[in-house]
Amino acid sequence: MHRFFEAFFSPHAFRQVFPDVWNGFQTNIRMMVVAELLVLALALGIAVVRGLPGRGAWPLRALAVIYTDTFRGTPLILVALMIALGLPGLNIHGISDRSNFVYGVAALTLVYTAYVTEVYRAGIESVHGSQRMAARSLGLSYAQALRYVVLPQAVRRVIPPLLNDFVGLQKDTAIISVAGVTEATIQATNFSSSYFNFTGFVVAGVLFIFLTIPLARFTDHLIRERELRERALAG
Amino acid sequence: MSATAPSFVQLEGVTKRFGDNVVLKSVDLAVEEHEVVCLIGASGSGKSTLLRCVNLLERVDEGRIVFDGLDLTNGKVDVNALRRKIGIVFQAYNLFPHMTVLQNVTLAPRKVLGHSRNKARGRARELLRRIGLEEKAEEFPDRLSGGQQQRVAIARALAMDPKLMLLDEITSALDPQLVSEVLNLVRSLTEDFGMTMIIATHEMSFAREVADRVCFLDAGVILEEGPPDQIFAAPKQERTQEFLSRVIAAGRM
Repeated sequence: MHRFFEAFFSPHAFRQVFPDVWNGFQTNIRMMVVAELLVLALALGIAVVRGLPGRGAWPLRALAVIYTDTFRGTPLILVALMIALGLPGLNIHGISDRSNFVYGVAALTLVYTAYVTEVYRAGIESVHGSQRMAARSLGLSYAQALRYVVLPQAVRRVIPPLLNDFVGLQKDTAIISVAGVTEATIQATNFSSSYFNFTGFVVAGVLFIFLTIPLARFTDHLIRERELRERALAG
Repeated sequence: MSATAPSFVQLEGVTKRFGDNVVLKSVDLAVEEHEVVCLIGASGSGKSTLLRCVNLLERVDEGRIVFDGLDLTNGKVDVNALRRKIGIVFQAYNLFPHMTVLQNVTLAPRKVLGHSRNKARGRARELLRRIGLEEKAEEFPDRLSGGQQQRVAIARALAMDPKLMLLDEITSALDPQLVSEVLNLVRSLTEDFGMTMIIATHEMSFAREVADRVCFLDAGVILEEGPPDQIFAAPKQERTQEFLSRVIAAGRM
């Protein structure tokens, strides 16, 4: 029992490893913020493309479908490895000379945009057709009806599932350690292989939990609020 | 081509199908400016589809619709420009639930007509005052009764200064005690503005009162049309008589 505590919860090791893990964790936070902003914007664009009407738009729609199917189905760790190990070898100016941080953010963005596109799409489809019809009947163009009437309602409805996906994204920044980004997991791994002590992993784990709990509670709060509102309307 | 100028709204041989189902069968209808035409008939007779064809929410399969000298069915019409001139009010109000009443009324004037925020708001408040809902300007539609929501929907359509209003069974979703407030508003539109209107309705006494002409639709055909007194007091067609006697039996007249 003592050995177990010594290996995972050693106060001495904690003091030694905490600064490095904390440093690394700030990289996790940076990756998370940049990736989330990119995902929010890109996924919305792709969801809109998937919903474009008319026969002329089918190649764009097809591309959007292929993209989401591909990256929703590929494990993040594979995407991260392919990008971080594969791209530098190609010697393409502007692509092959990026930092591992950029590659890591790219991998997170590619995979999570595919998920979030589906979330947005569900939201857009949940807005009743009569809303679009009412907007168009007032003379608003397709784009204006989307921008002012459909999307505001759609986005509002999908905020809880969207935040839920972001909880996943925050945790998955740890996977980007395989791309050689010096983040919390790498720091903990380095410490454990030098000292045969795993307190660093526990520290990293606790930091991740502290990061995701507020978001998870906020999501719960939004869901509860919506339930109350809908019940008030039904009653 | 006849030499006479076409009417303000003119439908010629308009046919509309949904799959194998022919909803409108070669319908002819002419509406003059300032005229109020009521469409009556059972549910599924094609009243709503006819209205939706006029502002191109539904595409016509055959025939021609001319509005204000413009052939709507030639495929080159700018639908957005056309819809600025034609207001439509729906059975289910279709207000935008994420916007306040004022935002509902000002959206199209601002984004479509390019009016400034202040101009659009001033005009919207004036309209809301007319419909007696000025104090609800900052409320969300969910907080309003059905009758109030429908009045806001009418104000939203009027804010575009349409030349033609299409009313699609606008009282069908309302509790009976709320019907009159909406119908009073429509009545004032005909009396004060001389608004040209095509009204699909189940309210026979209202149709009798406001319509210049009543058209009875049956299975996608205008079976009979004429002044309200003739249609309601002395209908010629057997189907019209049947329909009206059913309506009277149901206590809707």
